[in-house]
Amino acid sequence: MGCPYLRGLARTWQQRQGGRPPVMNIVVCVKQVPDTWSERTLRESDSTLDRDAADAVINELDEFAIEEGLRLAEAHGGEVTILSMGPDRATESIRKALSMGADKAVHLLDDALAGSDVLATSAALAAVLGQIGFDLVILGSESTDARTGLLPAMLSERLGVPQLSYASKVEIDGTSITINRLADYGYDTVVASLPAVVSVVEKINEPRYPSFKGIMAAKKKPVQTMTVSDIGIDASQVGLANAASEVLSFAKRPARQAGTIVTDDGDGGAKAAEFLAGRKFI
Amino acid sequence: MAEILVLAEHDGETVKKVTVELVTLARRFGEPAVVWAGPGAEAAQARLAEYGAAKVYVAGDPVYDDYVVAPKAELLAELAVQKSPAAVLVANTAEGREVGGRLAVRTGWGILTDVVGLDDDITAEQVIFGGAINVSSKVRSGTPIIAVRPNAISPEPAAGEAAIEPVSITVSDAAKQAKITGRVVQQRGARPELTEASIVVSGGRGVGSADNMALIERLADLLGAAVGASRAVTDAGWYPHQFQVGQTGKTVSPQLYVAVGISGAIQHRAGMQTSKTIMVVNKDPEAPIFELADFGVVGDLFKVVPQLVEEIEKRSA
Repeated sequence: MGCPYLRGLARTWQQRQGGRPPVMNIVVCVKQVPDTWSERTLRESDSTLDRDAADAVINELDEFAIEEGLRLAEAHGGEVTILSMGPDRATESIRKALSMGADKAVHLLDDALAGSDVLATSAALAAVLGQIGFDLVILGSESTDARTGLLPAMLSERLGVPQLSYASKVEIDGTSITINRLADYGYDTVVASLPAVVSVVEKINEPRYPSFKGIMAAKKKPVQTMTVSDIGIDASQVGLANAASEVLSFAKRPARQAGTIVTDDGDGGAKAAEFLAGRKFI
Repeated sequence: MAEILVLAEHDGETVKKVTVELVTLARRFGEPAVVWAGPGAEAAQARLAEYGAAKVYVAGDPVYDDYVVAPKAELLAELAVQKSPAAVLVANTAEGREVGGRLAVRTGWGILTDVVGLDDDITAEQVIFGGAINVSSKVRSGTPIIAVRPNAISPEPAAGEAAIEPVSITVSDAAKQAKITGRVVQQRGARPELTEASIVVSGGRGVGSADNMALIERLADLLGAAVGASRAVTDAGWYPHQFQVGQTGKTVSPQLYVAVGISGAIQHRAGMQTSKTIMVVNKDPEAPIFELADFGVVGDLFKVVPQLVEEIEKRSA
């Protein structure tokens, strides 16, 4: 399972810690999504997300991932690389992530990737990660557009490294990493060794705003563009035409039937109780 | 008849409601075969039989509880290859999706998440973009892996054998990398689980403080409901994060959703829009949440809710 060439990464970092100042290689995956405040829709032509119809922003949970990456790099010594797969326009989100303080970025940009499902996306991102190397991959636990929540587990499976998902707290000590993994009943404490994949929830921190200095500095930070052929992926394995699932049809959901709205005149609670009784809830 | 594999969600004794929903759904497409990872299957056997499970593949090794999802994915992948099922059903919970996602990577089979219904040829219905659009999708590569939203399917009893078949696989070291060393339970009374509850009472910014969430809990307890909260409430620390309903929290689909002091931004609606009946209490008549309400009261929640509580108590006395 996984990629054998990744197995040595944690050891490498430990060795580096011994001599020169440690440099933890942190990669934060960032997705550009349509703003949830905009009206979002699918395209009639191919049932994919209509990216032009809505304002584009960094997926909200990814901002928490960037913040966590920056904090860990500040605390332990490290470098933060932003990795984003997306069309030209994703450059805006990459620049924003750099303006928050990340050091550099990789933009996986290839028309062949358009319409890729999460299986193909995870394969492409894992291939980039295999090439650029990492001690820690951090990402949001899900995106606000597709909301599958599958990417962290899929990356972990492909890379053969521990899955530390739904983290509300991350602590690193040498090559050991401990997280609080959010659960229905509270949380689990989970321990693993680097390298690892961490996905975060919004409870973890408060993302910083880019400073003016940060915005200016971001313009000069290196952004490397990669294509599918650069990462050794066959174009016939990605993109809409090769997705493992397809949208057959879609339709705007009919509006709910207008309900009864009453203004409280001292009997609002009683009326609510009547409604609940009428529907046999009480 | 081909098997439909159903990954059980359980706490080591009791099987979750979503699992019997999945078994109910599976019956339409083949022979429901439950996959049970970890101890406790015997205690749940009767309930699985009641809903028509034909078999229960049991891997009783505690290793499945000791590490984050990867061992379960190995077990499911092994069975998926051995049994050639017509579909694999998992719950659309954090763990169900993660196991399903890993299975998809291992097999190359397609996966669909947050499915609210299945049509005849395993065509999946989904609701996306905060409840704005209905989508019909299909897996076209390999055996469909389907993550079904809890509470989307009504469980219906049907007699089954639920015959236990022990299975044993060797869990690889690679799957034992993320070790669970502690479990912290932050229970809030003996309430039903948020995504499984038939009634959810949620509090929003209008509730005003952590202490005032007691009023929401009081109403919830009278209704036998779970308590939810809007993002404003969990961000402010008035209620624990895992109770957040909405885009970055839980998606719920109960019979009744009561929104108290919640304005109803799209991010909240994304988590509750498919609730069957929605009741709203909010002082702002312009709050977008009223657009969803089957019944709404415009008024001060600190007057309306106590009166509602009193009325319910009177009726049940």
